[in-house]
Amino acid sequence: MRYAETGFNLEIDLSRGSIERVETDPRDTELYLGGLGTNTKILWDRVPPEVEPFSPDNLLIFSAGLLCGTPAIGCNRTIVSTISPQTLLMAFSMMGGFWAPELKYAGYDKIIFRGKSPDLVYLWIHNDQVEIRDASHLAGKGAIETAELIKQELQEPRAQVAAIGLAGENRVYFASIEQGRSSASRGGIGAVMGDKGIKAIAVRGTRDINVARPDEYMELCNEVMDYIKWRNEHPIPGVMPILAGLGSPQEMAVHDEKWHTENFMWGNSRLRRKGFWNEEIEKQWTQTLESARKRLISCYNCPMKCGATLTLPGLPTYMMKCFSKLTYTMAAMSDLEFGLRIAQRATEYGVDGYSTPQVMAFAVELYEDGILTDEDMPGFPADNEERFYWLLDKIVRREGIGNVLADGTYWAAKTIGKGAEEYAHNTIKKHEQLPLKLSMLNPIYFLMYSTGEKINITQIEGQFPQAPFPKREQREEFVKDWFQVPDDRFKQYFLDWEPRGEKSIPFYPTPRMCCDIVDWQERMHYIDDALGMCAGLSSFPLKPPYHIHNYPKFISAGAGIDMDEEKLTQATKRYRTLVRAVNIRRGMRRKDEKPPQDHWKKRFPELEKELLDTYYEYKGWNEEGIPTKETLNALDLDYVAEDFIGRGILKDE
Amino acid sequence: MGEKTKKVIKTIKVDVDKCNGCRACEVVCSAFHATPKYSSNNPGRARIRVLHDPLRDIYVPVYAGEYVAAECMGRDKYVIDGKEYEECAFCRASCPSRDAFKEPDSGLPLKCDMCEGEEEPLCVKWCLADALTYEEREEEIEEQEEIEELEIGLEALAEKFGLDKIMDTVVRMSNKE
Repeated sequence: MRYAETGFNLEIDLSRGSIERVETDPRDTELYLGGLGTNTKILWDRVPPEVEPFSPDNLLIFSAGLLCGTPAIGCNRTIVSTISPQTLLMAFSMMGGFWAPELKYAGYDKIIFRGKSPDLVYLWIHNDQVEIRDASHLAGKGAIETAELIKQELQEPRAQVAAIGLAGENRVYFASIEQGRSSASRGGIGAVMGDKGIKAIAVRGTRDINVARPDEYMELCNEVMDYIKWRNEHPIPGVMPILAGLGSPQEMAVHDEKWHTENFMWGNSRLRRKGFWNEEIEKQWTQTLESARKRLISCYNCPMKCGATLTLPGLPTYMMKCFSKLTYTMAAMSDLEFGLRIAQRATEYGVDGYSTPQVMAFAVELYEDGILTDEDMPGFPADNEERFYWLLDKIVRREGIGNVLADGTYWAAKTIGKGAEEYAHNTIKKHEQLPLKLSMLNPIYFLMYSTGEKINITQIEGQFPQAPFPKREQREEFVKDWFQVPDDRFKQYFLDWEPRGEKSIPFYPTPRMCCDIVDWQERMHYIDDALGMCAGLSSFPLKPPYHIHNYPKFISAGAGIDMDEEKLTQATKRYRTLVRAVNIRRGMRRKDEKPPQDHWKKRFPELEKELLDTYYEYKGWNEEGIPTKETLNALDLDYVAEDFIGRGILKDE
Repeated sequence: MGEKTKKVIKTIKVDVDKCNGCRACEVVCSAFHATPKYSSNNPGRARIRVLHDPLRDIYVPVYAGEYVAAECMGRDKYVIDGKEYEECAFCRASCPSRDAFKEPDSGLPLKCDMCEGEEEPLCVKWCLADALTYEEREEEIEEQEEIEELEIGLEALAEKFGLDKIMDTVVRMSNKE
């Protein structure tokens, strides 16, 4: 009997229209856990580096995490993996909501798509009954609209639907997959779904998911529940409110946006507006959110309320969470009302809330500076807000300049030329980043930005405070109940970290300490992504209910795999290294591992080199960032070493 | 006059305004009622279901009640504050008209048992949004009515068959047991 997982994947060949139910090897679960871990193994085995993102041979994998569908609170994430058309590297965007547990209850851990459907289709899974159905009547429909239509058509209000909008159908490089309040947005995976001709996947399941040691497992869940209650009543003092509690940043609940609006950049990630926030704006924005917001809502089996349903006058209801609240507002230098209105359209089109506003602001800046002209953009409106709607419509239809912009700022700049590259200044590995520009280099963040293979800072940071606390007493207070640390030395790193002086950034924490800190933060994200746990209850916030000490128990009692901290760390390191191996094989090297040049004003080339050298060594990678043969063999990744040697990526020494 | 006895009335108060649609109630319910306890999970087996339609702001946890062999002669459909709820939305019955509150495989009816043996129903314990709260109160009830009913029945039988025959039958039935 398989525990926590179902032990079956669906293999769908869209070119042939075939559907197979395939039993998986339990040894893979032991080695790679599930979710991201096993997805990566499949991509390594079956998608060689020659395969282009829009090739029928590229795979698109939807996976539930290992513990999804068990009572583990907040464990509801779908991990979607493929090769990104934008970065040309592995993309593994994720979404919360209700979809992954439903897939498990239907009896599957993953759906693996290969090939391409000649016509637009959707997949309908109802336990054993799996059908590829015609979706021609859904072409061009919004992502949320599509989900509603499919549920009506199937007469299954309890089906969970993940769908793409027009952007995915038209292979926009930052197209998302939408599912209620959640979306898998980063890396353009919606474009791969569109390229394969899949409009949506609807799933309904009524089967059991078993756990290995029921009483023990339930006790662990209850401990987590109790800790969440306690933590909700005890926010962390001394950090800004959105970092004090659990969950994804509570953007749908808070009204005070002084910190975001004055510290994040506006427009094309250029302008910092100190002194922007005032009483009048606060009053206006509060009213906007209060009147639009119908309810704060949760994902499956989670008591946090990170999302909200929003209804703006004259527009259909949609759902939102986190920082998409402000990305459109700030890119367009507008107000919250505009931001929430255009986000409704963007959600139906199915586009990423980070990249899209930035691409549009980039186009506006190019136009203002004469690099894009009326000839390139006939009919471009004069009104600022109308310009953003115009650009959004062009991009998702790939019409005119929209066809260029739909590739994202990096590729669009190359196509446009005339110095446009200078305007595509906020990418890492060709992927748009949060609009943040800071002063003093932070060595921890330097490493995370450079080496994070999710290429998104929020998906590697967490656990360790973003900045030192001013006073030692505050730090002592903080570390008192900081039991989540893997080792007490992390407490010392934090205790000694000062805002100024010898033990402050950029030279403290030391490169070695930074390696430790980054490795811990990254490890927790990778564990979440294999188990299907939401980062909001685990890797992202300070002092979360899930941590390196209780995770092994969850896996042991839940999946029946003997697990301890060391073994879990090793497994995580294994598939984390395998993600790197997929990317190394696709050409990623040290030269690609750098934050945007203007991310910090004060840069320290020698220190940065030392940081990266030290981190690579710490990880068992050579000076190019390639995992060494020794490292690979120690992780049971001998097959990767052989492949690397065969391709001349590593020398056989 | 009948004797007064005490009865514990168990009430789950459902505040739909506080429900955030997470369905933790379904999760823990299905786990608790698994055999062995907590060994499996399947909201399809839960004795509570959350009618959940975020786009129409519908969030209604409904508990499984009694099994009924036949469906009602007609169905109801409520509209409250402009929100239209699905047919028979608030009904607790496991009935032939729908698949709610039935074991997904066998079709056997499900019924909420308030998690007997636990301090409070687990759906309440797991609802951190406080959409579900639990109340217990004691009520004194008179058993008079039931006795009267029985007497009425017996009197009717005695008239028809004679008291002796009824007593004989009662004795025979008791011996059989």
